[in-house]
Amino acid sequence: MRLALLELLRRPGRFAVAGGALTLLTLLLLFLGALLDGLYLGSTGALRAQPDGVIVFSADARQSLLRSSATTDERDELAAVDGVERVGGLGITLLGVAIPGVDEISDGAIVGYELETERIPAPPAAGEAWVDRRMEAEGASIGDVVAVGPAEYPLTIAGWVDDSNFLGQNGIWVDPPTWRAVQNANRPDAQLADTDFLALVAEVAPGGDPAALAAAIDATTDGRTESLTRDDAARALPGVKEQNSTFNAIIGTTFFVVGLVVALFFALLTLERVGLYSVLKAFGTPSRTLVAGVAVQALAVAVISFGFGALFTWLLSLGIPPGVPVQFTIGRGITTFVGITVTAVLGGLISLRRIISVDPASAIGAGV
Amino acid sequence: MPALELSDVRKVYQSGDSEVVALDTSSLAVSDDEIVALVGPSGSGKTTLLSIAGGLLSPTSGSVSITGNRIDGYSAADLTRFRGDNIGFVFQSVNLVPFLTARENLTVVAEMRGKGGAGARTRADELLGELGLGHRAKNLPDQLSGGERQRVAIGRALMNRPKLVLFDEPTSALDSKLGVQVMELIRSEIKGRETAAIIVTHDTRMTSYADRTVEISDGSLKS
Repeated sequence: MRLALLELLRRPGRFAVAGGALTLLTLLLLFLGALLDGLYLGSTGALRAQPDGVIVFSADARQSLLRSSATTDERDELAAVDGVERVGGLGITLLGVAIPGVDEISDGAIVGYELETERIPAPPAAGEAWVDRRMEAEGASIGDVVAVGPAEYPLTIAGWVDDSNFLGQNGIWVDPPTWRAVQNANRPDAQLADTDFLALVAEVAPGGDPAALAAAIDATTDGRTESLTRDDAARALPGVKEQNSTFNAIIGTTFFVVGLVVALFFALLTLERVGLYSVLKAFGTPSRTLVAGVAVQALAVAVISFGFGALFTWLLSLGIPPGVPVQFTIGRGITTFVGITVTAVLGGLISLRRIISVDPASAIGAGV
Repeated sequence: MPALELSDVRKVYQSGDSEVVALDTSSLAVSDDEIVALVGPSGSGKTTLLSIAGGLLSPTSGSVSITGNRIDGYSAADLTRFRGDNIGFVFQSVNLVPFLTARENLTVVAEMRGKGGAGARTRADELLGELGLGHRAKNLPDQLSGGERQRVAIGRALMNRPKLVLFDEPTSALDSKLGVQVMELIRSEIKGRETAAIIVTHDTRMTSYADRTVEISDGSLKS
């Protein structure tokens, strides 16, 4: 181990090519991960902000909030189901929002809701809204009156909420009557009655299983509803699944390239070291010690490269325009770190067979 | 009990359908503090004999005993362990680890076998002092002269207190003056430790430093 680390310390240039490649791959992985997280979180915030439980769609909505419909009358039916803590209505309308003093129209998702959570306070007063903080970056301030939709329905910003967007549009959280008023003013083709929602949210009782609750609700409504857990509902949003699978395929391929780079690098290094390994074996060094040395070097190169990659990613993030949906999360950083280090060590171990096959007898009679 | 005893050792390599006899039925005994010079032309079987004597190669037939331990039946792992504990090597091209200091080139032999630490460092410093390299302990190989590098290699070979040290052309890369100095050093270090040694050399002038010279030709030993 010490020999391996001393080589790294005293001949860092020897590892510069692999280190440089891994640094760039780290940057790519962290940036791709941040884009994926930004897109996912930006698309699903409004659903993830709901209480832990299930989202109840009408059966013919095919898991789409915008195609679904529900009424307040159905709340009582759901509230009677075992394992339900609370039931509330949910409605969302996508409209443009004009911020005073800002030329560009902002995208908004007007969310009518009833249940407060840790992330979203109880609905504000009529005509007011809790607005996603991302809108602050677009020029909005608390107290501003924004004009919603072509009807320019006025809403006053009462405060900020975080991570509450829907399909990449700024979450604008209002009480149900205000939501219906906004929709009716702007969408004459889709008028809502006073009791209408798009879906219902059933909070699971403490210790309960949301998946079991979803099945129980659908059984109670005799097939008139299709209930999904909060996380399943988020993944069922249009494009989210495709977006996740596309990015995950790219990220997986990049991890494969990480392994390939390390494998090729250490395979070449092992070829160079055949003479050294044969001498060390002649002196009684077991092959496992030499293999462990390669694994330690692969790990060290990966860790150092991750550090540089993370630093460059941070520098890059300072120049990213606010409109680009990137979200840097600690979880993604940890996953990438573990992925890179494990892949690098596995890549380094590709040389295992070559190291084992080095013949100590070749140290004698050879000008190695 | 001799330090090394080869009895009717034979080494045959397969080459396609034919057999190549690298070492024909050969026997050799080396006493505890004896220095044997092994001379012979290229391709005569010197390397094969040295490899078998050093536990680097297993014979096709015959027996190999080092300090009474028959090693010809050992597995590769057992041979590795045995070499680490009992045999020292000085190679033709010195083969020091280029990024380690002179002292580290000695201690690495112990460290790679899990026997590093303060004891190994003390032993390395003692050896370097005896070899006149105490002041060069922190120098890298490329900061040392050819003779100094050869002395470090001798120190490395003696690091594990071996019963048998094998020298493969130790003076081939040195001029004749330096070669004489190195051979004098080898003799004094080996005799001072009552260790057995086999020195492979092309240079017949160097055989005077050995107690005995053994010739090898076409895979056969001639005393």
